[in-house]
Amino acid sequence: MLDVAVAYNRYKFIGNEFLTWLWFTIDTDQHFFQTVDGTITSLYLGNRIVLENNINDTSELITIKGDDAGLEEGILSLRKGAVVIEINLCYKTENQDWKFTLKGESLSFSSLKVPETGPVETQEDIEGMVLEKAYLYEKAIDLVNRLFNIFLKLRYTVEWNQNTVPKIKKWIRV
Amino acid sequence: MGILSSSASITQYCVEGKISEPVMETVANGLKRHAIEEIDDESSDKAIGWTCFNNPFSSDFNQTPFLIGTYFVFSMRIDKKTIPSKIIKKYYTLEMKKRLEKSGREFLSKTEKKEIKDHVLHVLNLRIPATPNIYDLIWSYESSTLWFFSNLKGANEELETLFTRSFKLKLIRLFPYSMAVLTSPLSNLEKDAVSQFTPTRFTE
Repeated sequence: MLDVAVAYNRYKFIGNEFLTWLWFTIDTDQHFFQTVDGTITSLYLGNRIVLENNINDTSELITIKGDDAGLEEGILSLRKGAVVIEINLCYKTENQDWKFTLKGESLSFSSLKVPETGPVETQEDIEGMVLEKAYLYEKAIDLVNRLFNIFLKLRYTVEWNQNTVPKIKKWIRV
Repeated sequence: MGILSSSASITQYCVEGKISEPVMETVANGLKRHAIEEIDDESSDKAIGWTCFNNPFSSDFNQTPFLIGTYFVFSMRIDKKTIPSKIIKKYYTLEMKKRLEKSGREFLSKTEKKEIKDHVLHVLNLRIPATPNIYDLIWSYESSTLWFFSNLKGANEELETLFTRSFKLKLIRLFPYSMAVLTSPLSNLEKDAVSQFTPTRFTE
């Protein structure tokens, strides 16, 4: 494998493209997520999205935040050549929900909120709580890892350039 | 922002290599050997080491078990003394004045000034308590994965160094490229192709 620091910087566009594709998929094909995780009822954009436009050797950051913020500015930025570099997501199953922010360059999680767990009173409660939390963290991590693997597979095939990219371009134009 | 917090930050890692048998003993030894040392009455300004999860001011891993279910769960603590520069300057100036009066000279050499600064830092570090920062981790030995509950660059770098020193295993941070070549189900041919990826333009 390449040197970690070199690989991190050289290939961070893969993570940004993944987030851009994720937004497109959220907007156009909710059914797809049920094929990835049978327990999912919806995956949608939360209260924050950050885009970056690196065209012409300058970097422009566009941040859209707020619970009911309109995403028109985001689409407009995509139209100008930006990609998503950070996205806040809400992941819902029948009676539980997760919220988290993903960064494209690292795919690290921040502001990760998992469904509520019971109160802690004894040491045994703590151990039980850790296991429950680990299970809940794993649900979100596993979902993102699976989505990323699907994206990678797609990105590798001719399907990406022949079918997916034209569809994303069309979605941006509408 | 730890495991039990209402909001968490997580960086994923892949653990490379296998720990020597007996696993529990090797992990316990690594934790004990590199447990945090208190520096409150010492002149050191920084300490990094392991502590017990949910009991971060103890590194007695016999009292607080680090195995929960099939996970190893413990914390990394970074203690750091931060002395405001104005306080250093104040004591440095006072000490300089004292030294000049005592010697009857008007100037001090570069070496003497450095000596005074080191002495001031030494004395202040003895007096000032260290600020602790605690970062939890969950290590799944079975799947060779580790979740570190912080995205801070400095904390992640310290973790990578401390982990390797403690357990003689390499921690590889997972980010898009390393996920593609290390943990994705892509074939070797597909993994090689990832290195040839170039950015996609989503505009005409």
